[in-house]
Amino acid sequence: MTDQADHILTTEGLTKEFKGFVAVSDVNLKIRRHHIHALIGPNGAGKTTVFNLLTKFLIPTGGHIRFGGRDITSAKPAEIARMGIVRSFQISAVFGHMTALENVRIALQRNEGTSFHFWRSDRSLDKLNDRARELLTMVGLERYADTTTVEMPYGRKRALEIATTLALEPEIMLLDEPTQGMGHEDIARVTELIRTVAKGRTILMVEHNLGVVSALCDRITVLQRGAILTEGTYAEVSTDPRVKEAYMGRAQ
Amino acid sequence: MSRTAWLAVVIAFALVAPFAIYPVFLMKLLCFALFACAFNLILGYGGLLSFGHAAFFGGASYITGHVLKEWGVPTEIGILIGTLAAGVLGMAVGVIAIRRAGIYFAMITLALAQMVYFIFIQARFTGGENGLQGIPRGHALGLFDLNDNYAMYYFVLAVFSLGFYMVYRAVHSPFGQILRAIRDNEPRAISLGYDVDKYKLQAFVLSAALAGLAGSTKAVVFQLASLTDAHWHMSGEVVLMTLLGGLGTIVGPAVGAGVVVALQNYLAAGPLGAWVPVVLGVIFVVCVLAFRKGIVGEIRDMVKKSF
Repeated sequence: MTDQADHILTTEGLTKEFKGFVAVSDVNLKIRRHHIHALIGPNGAGKTTVFNLLTKFLIPTGGHIRFGGRDITSAKPAEIARMGIVRSFQISAVFGHMTALENVRIALQRNEGTSFHFWRSDRSLDKLNDRARELLTMVGLERYADTTTVEMPYGRKRALEIATTLALEPEIMLLDEPTQGMGHEDIARVTELIRTVAKGRTILMVEHNLGVVSALCDRITVLQRGAILTEGTYAEVSTDPRVKEAYMGRAQ
Repeated sequence: MSRTAWLAVVIAFALVAPFAIYPVFLMKLLCFALFACAFNLILGYGGLLSFGHAAFFGGASYITGHVLKEWGVPTEIGILIGTLAAGVLGMAVGVIAIRRAGIYFAMITLALAQMVYFIFIQARFTGGENGLQGIPRGHALGLFDLNDNYAMYYFVLAVFSLGFYMVYRAVHSPFGQILRAIRDNEPRAISLGYDVDKYKLQAFVLSAALAGLAGSTKAVVFQLASLTDAHWHMSGEVVLMTLLGGLGTIVGPAVGAGVVVALQNYLAAGPLGAWVPVVLGVIFVVCVLAFRKGIVGEIRDMVKKSF
């Protein structure tokens, strides 16, 4: 297997400067196909910045990003989404004034090719409802299909977000702190959900909860002050004294 | 009452109204109602506050007036040309303005609309301060003489119905779904692979073209295209109508336009004549403070709660 086929998403010397402040410096990531890869590190380590660079919500000041051998450094956010890189957000990213079913349908609608058709009735989208319900069932939201999203509990919103992302059949999902702000019960449910949807897919996640990381992730990259501190399996990383220092050093 | 029943009542009322109410007043009302509905498409459903819609409304009325008067085209063609011209102008303004949001979007649209306004003052074909007068009404379908106010009224009613249906269709279409999604959560719509600027631009062009349809029709009704219709006051008035009636509701802007036009008409004749702007201002403030959702929005909520 060649290197490119093995690694679905890679960065070389990825750098982001904000007016003299280097938020991300020379990051070389290699994400293997079908892995669940975690990006961890103390607050302010640049995890979310790396995330936004990968999804093109920020423009890098240096380095390259490759997706399946293609250079996507200068692609637009909507473009890479159509290539199969779909992200989530730290705050639950749902369409609040739409029902759960409509939320999923927005994603399914993209492949219909009628999204600019203002002369067509939206009943033409009803044929997507079955698939949308299937996806909702997959994440345990079948009861909520006709609930307006703002009225759903937080954990359910995150599940809805995953269902919406899945609707696009992404090759790689980028999850930004999928369990942030959740209670124990929701964390367990979402962890299980990620494990289910990861089959046949690649996932890169930023996560604070080390329990979730240890339960799910094949490989972990630790960031500190915008640079890679170390990389490895959970067992390797968690015993690394530098990692302990990076985390504990903060607490003192 | 079901929706169909409501619709039947409204249609029946619209059909007999000119026998009870002065038709020219009704036509003015319908033109502004269509203008406000078109505006609502971009503000209520697109989430973008345009402060330059008078350019499309007034611009279309000049174009229609000119082609009817100088080229002698049939009335329908004249209105169509005006509408298309407003759409093209909307495209030009939209391409520049859509890159920004919020107050910046409002300011860019205002600035561009003011440029258009000054062109209308200077250009020879507009008649400057006097406006473009004596626009012929012509015949509808080459059959009905529109100089008869009743014929003209039913023609305007047909145009309004068509325009209103187009707004309704656009809102309840696959395109309308994406527009709602963008208004709800733009970054998420981007991350799902939608080029949001293209959707906003299309909404803006549609809104501009329909505002143009309203302006063109008004020019035919009054046989006049004047600077008033292109002035920034008009851009402000349509914001007022939309907010008063109910932002993001289908019929709200039409109701708001009705209230504003009726107040202007009846107050102007009475002792409060000179105070119309003040009265409207007070109503606007009360509306924004106490009835945030506008007339139709508040009624809709009351109906929802009582069931």
